[in-house]
Amino acid sequence: MNQVTILSGKGGTGKTTITASFAALARNAVLADCDVDAPNLHLLLKPEIQETMEFKGLKLAVIDPERCTRCGLCDEKCRFDAIQGFQVDPLRCEGCKVCVRICPVGAIDFIDRVCGNAYISKTKYGPMSHARLKPGMENSGKLVSLVRQNAKRIAEEWGYELVLVDGPPGIGCPVIASLADVDKGLVVVEPTLSGIHDLKRALELLHHFNVEPLVCVNKHDLNPENTRAVEEFCAREGIEVVGLIPFDPDVTRAMVAGLPVVEYAPESPASRAIKDTWSLLERHFYD
Amino acid sequence: MIVSVASGKGGTGKTSVVVNLALSLGEAQIIDCDVEEPNAHILLKPEINETFPVKLLVPRILEERCDFCGECARFCQYHALFVAGETAMVFPELCHSCGGCSIVCPREAIVEEPRQIGRVIKGSADAIDLVYGEINVGEPLAVPVIAAVKEHINVNGIVILDAPPGTACPVVETIHGSDFCLLVTEPTPFGLHDLEIAVEVVKELGLPIGVVVNFAGIGDRGVYDFCEARGIPIMMEIPFDRRIAELYSRGTPFVEAMPEWRGRFKDLAKRIWKGVDA
Repeated sequence: MNQVTILSGKGGTGKTTITASFAALARNAVLADCDVDAPNLHLLLKPEIQETMEFKGLKLAVIDPERCTRCGLCDEKCRFDAIQGFQVDPLRCEGCKVCVRICPVGAIDFIDRVCGNAYISKTKYGPMSHARLKPGMENSGKLVSLVRQNAKRIAEEWGYELVLVDGPPGIGCPVIASLADVDKGLVVVEPTLSGIHDLKRALELLHHFNVEPLVCVNKHDLNPENTRAVEEFCAREGIEVVGLIPFDPDVTRAMVAGLPVVEYAPESPASRAIKDTWSLLERHFYD
Repeated sequence: MIVSVASGKGGTGKTSVVVNLALSLGEAQIIDCDVEEPNAHILLKPEINETFPVKLLVPRILEERCDFCGECARFCQYHALFVAGETAMVFPELCHSCGGCSIVCPREAIVEEPRQIGRVIKGSADAIDLVYGEINVGEPLAVPVIAAVKEHINVNGIVILDAPPGTACPVVETIHGSDFCLLVTEPTPFGLHDLEIAVEVVKELGLPIGVVVNFAGIGDRGVYDFCEARGIPIMMEIPFDRRIAELYSRGTPFVEAMPEWRGRFKDLAKRIWKGVDA
């Protein structure tokens, strides 16, 4: 089985547009949306939810005002500044349990906290594993891991050869979780100075976790000079550029129609370039 | 006055709004809290004056005192310690630095030592001060780096915070304590979907909200209908304009090449101040 994560460093470079089109082109893949706090893949793949799992993240400390003697020891020991006026701020509590342990009168309870839901769904392109973190919640990395496990399990049980992972932006906790035991990472970059800066950090991350890097330039015609700079940088680093996708208004029209662009406008410039990218990428899975 | 600029969806133009707004005002402090992929300095091109390491306290086990009872590993909610047989190990990148292990150790066999996870960088370009953070590649915990960046906020002036994308804990850490939250979105189904989640987060924090619609002209009317239905003011529209996109691609804030926009950003600031007072 092959697992590939589509990532970007910088947000909004076209990860989801490209992943959705790959899903339509692959036809034999399990899809996983690991952007759990701002997921978008479902808007294009229209999943029908088959199974919902409650996701419990780190627990939450709760002070019982009846038992609390207002000694203030919890506030003193809390390193997350989560205790104010003898109450725990749920948005700041990281569930470390220190206050629960040190409270001299046992006035602090440690309760389960539902941080979101994970879903297993059916789409017309294949099974999909996705999730939704409750707004503002901690611990998206752990929910990403659950999405990954679900996707892998489905692939194994149902005999799928490929897992396509739509990654979150950035290079922190949820991105790291979306890369665990993945074979390849495809970084989608736009030819902007910010995009190139973020590409380099994303490539460093792939290197750090020993994931084979591939690069694809989206909206390459926006700044041909920067696109050349990306190509030259990748050539020097020995990284294959598997796609150059042009700016194309059909991409937004497809989004409004709720379809992968390769289905909405199969002959549009972006669709043709995505198909070329896919055929180059596909070769990597079967060698 | 602290204004945070957030978005839900990435790539909608937060950093562009932050830098162009600051330049139009002429004097402001920008705090770039996207410590995973900071970009404000690419547009602002500041002279760097100082850098500070960001360190977290992580446990070190004193082998000579440890009797491998395993109490620390059982207590740690982040699975950052592992004890089996005659082995005790620390996984520092999983540690949230709560200090719990050293509190529960019955033999005082755990000491805490600082470990660098990123840095804070300070610079300036004319009357614009910039503070940004950078998490070390491979480190998962952005929140402590964001907190370290925010320690440099100068409350006496105008402060503009650039938030990371998304709606999870790094965004909450960034906008917590602001007077106003500006949400930058694009008029597409993706933009709308993530705006709805971002609005929930900001409402929970009890802040006044305004929206900037970037790339106006593409997509559909969903974002406008949503803002109208929820009574959220659209404070500025920036059209989808190839020239603006090309300027951005070269790292040029568009108010520098299109000075007519300075007045529009000043008007945006006035609407924000009004929103804070309302």
